[in-house]
Amino acid sequence: MAREIQVKALLFASYADAFGSAEVPLLLVVGSTVGDAVAALRAKSPAAIPARPLVALNERYARYDEVLTQGDEVAVIPPVAGG
Amino acid sequence: MRAALVTRPIDPATLVAEVADHSCGAVSIFLGTVRNAHAGKAVTGMEYKAYEPMAVRELEAILLRARERFAVEHIVVEHRLGRLELGEVSVAIVAAHPHRREAMDATRFTIEEIKKTVPIWKLEHYADGSREWVDPTRGAPPVQPPANVAEVVG
Repeated sequence: MAREIQVKALLFASYADAFGSAEVPLLLVVGSTVGDAVAALRAKSPAAIPARPLVALNERYARYDEVLTQGDEVAVIPPVAGG
Repeated sequence: MRAALVTRPIDPATLVAEVADHSCGAVSIFLGTVRNAHAGKAVTGMEYKAYEPMAVRELEAILLRARERFAVEHIVVEHRLGRLELGEVSVAIVAAHPHRREAMDATRFTIEEIKKTVPIWKLEHYADGSREWVDPTRGAPPVQPPANVAEVVG
């Protein structure tokens, strides 16, 4: 059984600019959570995103304790400004 | 009920025709347009981006709630993406109801909800050549994080 999963992290707007990328593949251990994905992104670029950004898992707002599975899409959502 | 992200100019008249219904005595229209100033700086244009599939999903969820709350017969929303000039329509919400109060309440509710949850961002272009992503939370209290984040983020 695989011990790692790959997920796709998406960054937008100011976060993407600061990170220098809008899409980041992440390898995480099985059982990792949304919060672990955020921590992994912050490990790569601590200043790019805040400590507790809003996040979405597979296009829905998510809690940090939701467990990820292979192929999930985690989006880090800057303050929205539509309208 | 229809929600869409579009890259072409929004035509309010088309949306009014879309909701037309002889049982409705009221059609309410809200248009958001690109303003020439923000926080004391002269704005020359705007660029909208979205997390598109999620933004459509959120817009549809808001329309469902609006329909539930105000029993509007028909409601449509279009939000524009890409580069917009001053005065152009960035968002249009059109609702039809037998009576005016519900139609107007539905459009107001919808724009207020859009500003809270729909993952759309705007990059303002200023007269001095600079650009900035608009952050409506700047200067406001921080957004309440989801429960139980303290132990994960360290």
